[in-house]
Amino acid sequence: MATIELRQVEKKFGQLHAVKPMDLTIHSGEFVVLLGPSGCGKTTTLRMISGLEAVTGGHIYLDGRDVTWLHPSERDIAFVFQFFALYPHMTVLDNIRFPLQAQRVPRDEAEKRVSEIVKMLQIEHLLHLRPGSLSGGDRQRVALARALVRRPAAFLMDEPLGALDADLRESMRAEIKRLHIANNATTVYVTHDQLEAMALGDRIVVMSAAEIQQVGNPAEVYYKPANLFVARFIGSPGMNLISGRYADGVVYLPGDNRYTVPESWRAPLAQALKDGEVIIGFRPESARITEDGALAARVYASDMHGAFNMIHLALGEESNIVNVRVDRWITYALDTPVRFDIDPEGVRFFDPRSEKALRRGGAQ
Amino acid sequence: MTATTLQAEKVAQRHHVRRISDKTIQTAFILPTMVLLILWNIFPLFYSLYLSFTEYSVIAGAPPKWIGFENYRNILSSPLIWKYFALTGRFALLSVGLQTIIGFAMAMIVRAKFRGSGFITTLILIPMMLSPVVVGKFWAMIYNPTFGPLNYLLGMPPPRGPDWLANPQFALWAVVLVDVWMWSPFVMLLCLSGLKAIPEYLYEAAAIDRASAWFQFWRITLPQVAPLLMIAILFRTIEAFKQFDVVMGLTGGGPGDATELVAVNLYRIAFLGRFDTGIASAFAYIVLIIIISISNLYIRYLNQLRGEA
Repeated sequence: MATIELRQVEKKFGQLHAVKPMDLTIHSGEFVVLLGPSGCGKTTTLRMISGLEAVTGGHIYLDGRDVTWLHPSERDIAFVFQFFALYPHMTVLDNIRFPLQAQRVPRDEAEKRVSEIVKMLQIEHLLHLRPGSLSGGDRQRVALARALVRRPAAFLMDEPLGALDADLRESMRAEIKRLHIANNATTVYVTHDQLEAMALGDRIVVMSAAEIQQVGNPAEVYYKPANLFVARFIGSPGMNLISGRYADGVVYLPGDNRYTVPESWRAPLAQALKDGEVIIGFRPESARITEDGALAARVYASDMHGAFNMIHLALGEESNIVNVRVDRWITYALDTPVRFDIDPEGVRFFDPRSEKALRRGGAQ
Repeated sequence: MTATTLQAEKVAQRHHVRRISDKTIQTAFILPTMVLLILWNIFPLFYSLYLSFTEYSVIAGAPPKWIGFENYRNILSSPLIWKYFALTGRFALLSVGLQTIIGFAMAMIVRAKFRGSGFITTLILIPMMLSPVVVGKFWAMIYNPTFGPLNYLLGMPPPRGPDWLANPQFALWAVVLVDVWMWSPFVMLLCLSGLKAIPEYLYEAAAIDRASAWFQFWRITLPQVAPLLMIAILFRTIEAFKQFDVVMGLTGGGPGDATELVAVNLYRIAFLGRFDTGIASAFAYIVLIIIISISNLYIRYLNQLRGEA
């Protein structure tokens, strides 16, 4: 399995950057997810790694070998396309053995490898059908089989579950995860679905506006977002963000609220903030509604999510809404005044000017 | 009954008289076409079928005389006509074969977008738009051994160059060449639309699957274009069996009978010399049956291709 390195890789269309110069190392056997909204450059990045798209700058290394200008066929990578890209005029069997025939793998060997893969993905009964008569999930399995049968150095997947129904996506997600663990293959996976990214990725690369916003494992990007974009983009709903003013260990929030900043955050805040403007952030599960809570709000709305309820609280005006996650049996009437606390371990601070997260000590 | 309802009924009646029903309008529109179709297509079809069982000449002034299958028997036992069928088959094979190869190759070249590719495509299509008789006459001039440019271009100025059309060895090839020149663009056009319909992602997938250009051509391009290519071949085969005007413009079937294709021979029987209308009708029906059976084979193969795709 291979290590993939991107060094200052960029893609420009005319003057416009589709991908700004980016550095990224994907370790051997790692499952890395490129996550971002549509148009953020994640698919372009993937296509540059595959060689389907030429870079306009920088270098790509596969196991230390510079493959920047090699044809896709010379890179030893497999690519799973969003809409499968199966050969419509061939049977499933011919589709799967196509890459082996293209490389003139001896017939016995090819036969053996095809039957292994087909058994693993449980598509033996489809071998003599054509892609046109298969369901979405089966097409995806065939596409995966075609990629796996080659035993490439790395797998690239471009929203492979994007064309499937919701419940099918979930079971295919598990299948992909299992395949990755079984094959321990270096995988780069593109998606705009943060749940998918969280579920699959060893590491997540959050992209927006043609550049990397943050690289980290799922817990890092979720609990320690590097900037406001990541804070909003990850999680559903995203992180609660309220603007306030910091002075002497207290953040003054809308609705005459005062939030006492945990001890460990005071020095970094005093140091980083020039005029005291700050954005305070916390996840819905990091807030707790209690009678003696430090912050006052009123219930704006509440909705049932099955396993839990989400209470929308207004701090002062209705433009300052925070979401708080509560147990499913707790409900409030609209406009009930409530008080809540924020878990000191779950609170984050952002500089509204740079939009970056403030850091505390060595960590965050 | 009140006065108002009576009046309303009268109005309705008057309208009824004036109105033409939808059905009448339909018939009025369809009728002229039907009449023409019956007069010009269906009647001749059946009348010639009848004539093919008779001894009859349009210029003889005698009524058709029923002779059963005599005409068919005579034609099918004539070695000359078998020879012409063989010649036509050879012509069709050579001409359609070359058109397929050249047309497909041209489509592969023009498919890539380059500066002026649209203009070049249009230029290539011109031969197809010309009248076959004009094409025949022009090529007769080009082939002419005394003043034709072909021999000059081949580096054989008169009197050294061959007389292509008068030489029994070359004459059929000369006709084939003109047919290929004229109709390869047609094959190209169909192939081009087939090629342009192949989605780019199939080639991307093939590149990822490490297929060479040659492998991609055989395993993706060709099978994807096959249905349209088959239609082109079907059309050209039918046309080859009916080939008449270019031959008449070039050689008139000569030298001797070196380019006497069945359609030319049929014309000779029907409209020259004795005007053997009865025999000509039988001959025409034989050609028709052959064309229909060949077409059937193609269409069956085509459906098979489509069913699989």
